[in-house]
Amino acid sequence: MIISVFLIPFILGILVFITPWKGARRGLLFAGALLHMAMTAILGVFRMGTYQAGDWVGLDSQGLLFLAITTVLFFIVVLYTIGYLFRDSDIHVMDSVEGFLFRNEPETAFISCLLFFLSTMSLVCISRHMGLLWVAVEATTLVSAPLIKFHRHHRSLEATWKYLLICSVGIAIALLGNYFLAFAGHDLAHMNIDTLIDNAGHLNRTWLKAAFCMLLVGYGTKMGLAPMHTWLPDAHSEAPSMVSALLSGALLNCAFLGILRVHSILTAAEMAAFSGELLVFFGMLSMAFAAVFMIRQNDYKRMLAYSSIEHMGIMALGAGVGGLAGTGAMLHAVNHSISKGMLFLISGQLLFIYGSKNIDDVRHILKTTPLAGLLWVSGFLAITGTPPFGMFLSEMTILKGIIDSGRWALAAGYLLILSVIFIAMARIIISMSFGIPENEKTAESFASGKKEPAWFRAPVLIMVSIILCLGFYIPGPLWAFLENAAVMMGGK
Amino acid sequence: MTIWTDIIILGLVLTNFRLLATSRLGAVIQTTIFQAIALSALILALAGKPLPVRLILLSLITLTVKGVILPWLLKRAMREIDVRRDIMPIVGYSASVLIGIVLLGLSFLIFMPLNEAIKSESVFLLPAALFTILTGLMMIISRKKALTQIVGYLVMENGVYCFGAALAVYEPMLVEMGVLLDVFVAVFVMGITIYQISREFDHIDTDRLSELKD
Repeated sequence: MIISVFLIPFILGILVFITPWKGARRGLLFAGALLHMAMTAILGVFRMGTYQAGDWVGLDSQGLLFLAITTVLFFIVVLYTIGYLFRDSDIHVMDSVEGFLFRNEPETAFISCLLFFLSTMSLVCISRHMGLLWVAVEATTLVSAPLIKFHRHHRSLEATWKYLLICSVGIAIALLGNYFLAFAGHDLAHMNIDTLIDNAGHLNRTWLKAAFCMLLVGYGTKMGLAPMHTWLPDAHSEAPSMVSALLSGALLNCAFLGILRVHSILTAAEMAAFSGELLVFFGMLSMAFAAVFMIRQNDYKRMLAYSSIEHMGIMALGAGVGGLAGTGAMLHAVNHSISKGMLFLISGQLLFIYGSKNIDDVRHILKTTPLAGLLWVSGFLAITGTPPFGMFLSEMTILKGIIDSGRWALAAGYLLILSVIFIAMARIIISMSFGIPENEKTAESFASGKKEPAWFRAPVLIMVSIILCLGFYIPGPLWAFLENAAVMMGGK
Repeated sequence: MTIWTDIIILGLVLTNFRLLATSRLGAVIQTTIFQAIALSALILALAGKPLPVRLILLSLITLTVKGVILPWLLKRAMREIDVRRDIMPIVGYSASVLIGIVLLGLSFLIFMPLNEAIKSESVFLLPAALFTILTGLMMIISRKKALTQIVGYLVMENGVYCFGAALAVYEPMLVEMGVLLDVFVAVFVMGITIYQISREFDHIDTDRLSELKD
């Protein structure tokens, strides 16, 4: 039953390869996203993901949370993707940065890789065995590489190569961590997460520490924690926008889940102080790195990529501090995925309309394309944690968690970096959005030529309403659910 | 059985030095075949006396994937791209060997205090595994051709695998197969990518892939 969230997209992905009609392939993509979301809803509402210790797959609150984020984001992104494919697939497209013509990757391969991507990410969320988790995380890298090089030109190939090599090496280190973990529980002789948690007291502490370090570095590479983040800005800026949205909103979360699983094992072994400190350290380091690189950024897609590194840092920080901050980190994951997904989708349209990723080439969005401009500014307010958007609440929750644990210096550093990032992003976004065109001609040429297409509006409006709702009101059951997810990693 | 284990480990260490010392890609790929043979022999040498069937199976599959299929894929990629040598590496070949010796010493130093704690078959096993991982990393960092870097990834993966064998961590068959499948697909996807890179750029020198930066 539960394995169906993996199997449905996987089988549909294979079907795409043998379907001869273009329309049918796009239909399969839509069907896959819809079925997956329905299946996740059924599993979540009826709590059908129950499992016993020793099972290979199962759904706990953490897994369900990340699965739900993935499926909602994927569904919204698919709405956008189908419109995008109608415009851009199988024709010669002009590169919007350097102006040469290139051909996109065949649509069939792209659609089936999207479905495989969904299925492997679902497998990460449902696996209850560290080995299976590893296999799934590595598989997500491999099926997403063809997505990044959808635009077949030299920059995207360079980004794909870096992504493949750096992430594969990182994940090989995570495999080493898995072996250490298995060795720590030598007489248990296997790596089922629940078995390890139940017998946490008997694990060898030295090997457990070594295992955590290796897994943190390994999955941290994939998650984009500094200083292992170097692939992330390249891949996010060169991939097509909907792929960037999925990478940022779903894939990074999956890698984070891998780290949370080991963290919960160490918490059960009463070593949360050790693993928590490491998470706090890497979290703060990532935020600081992101802040430094955002100040002098002149490419808006790279700016969004660095913002993802920042938010992964915040989530690691929240998880490391634990308690209320842990719950905040879970809420933050929801907010970040939706807001960042929205910003990437808008950035794709800006790139299409203005033909440049350079901040200086994009001016007065609010005048030329009012709707996209309005959404772009609201997306900026949402991602920097300004009320009334959801991220304000999650960042405040994490701050309160840090203060509750009595770490004032950490709280001060956290606030300082957040405000630096707010200013850095504001400088960029304000110069892009406001102002009046100097001569009427430029405005007219934009107004008559490229406009944001209608199919772009629906997905982005759905996303902005979700994060706006989360800012005003968090339903009681959702909060209880998030708290439960945080308890699993030793929140309380 | 210890004598056999030691001989196999010695062989593994020597293959690492060959990888560090040679510039010919053909020889580098050939060396991974020897490593695969060493790995699959190691699995059998470390197993208890009545050989479990699943370990024989595992050893055979490892040999097939890492010793036959992957080298064949890499050789094919080498012919398609028409690259024979990795000339002008970032760290020279004699220097690489010297660094290799230092790394080997370092690996022994790291595991010296742990040898008591781990009751493994041979004191050389864990240092050799770590040395293999470091060799792989060294190849990824210090060589220019993308193809050599793929081999570096493969060597690193071999080292991790060796750790698994050394710690006698035998995961369920499903996971072992998954790991092998992932490595296989990784090399496959990387191979396709460098083929496309060579068509787009007319070279596979990764130090010249430097357009994306801050």
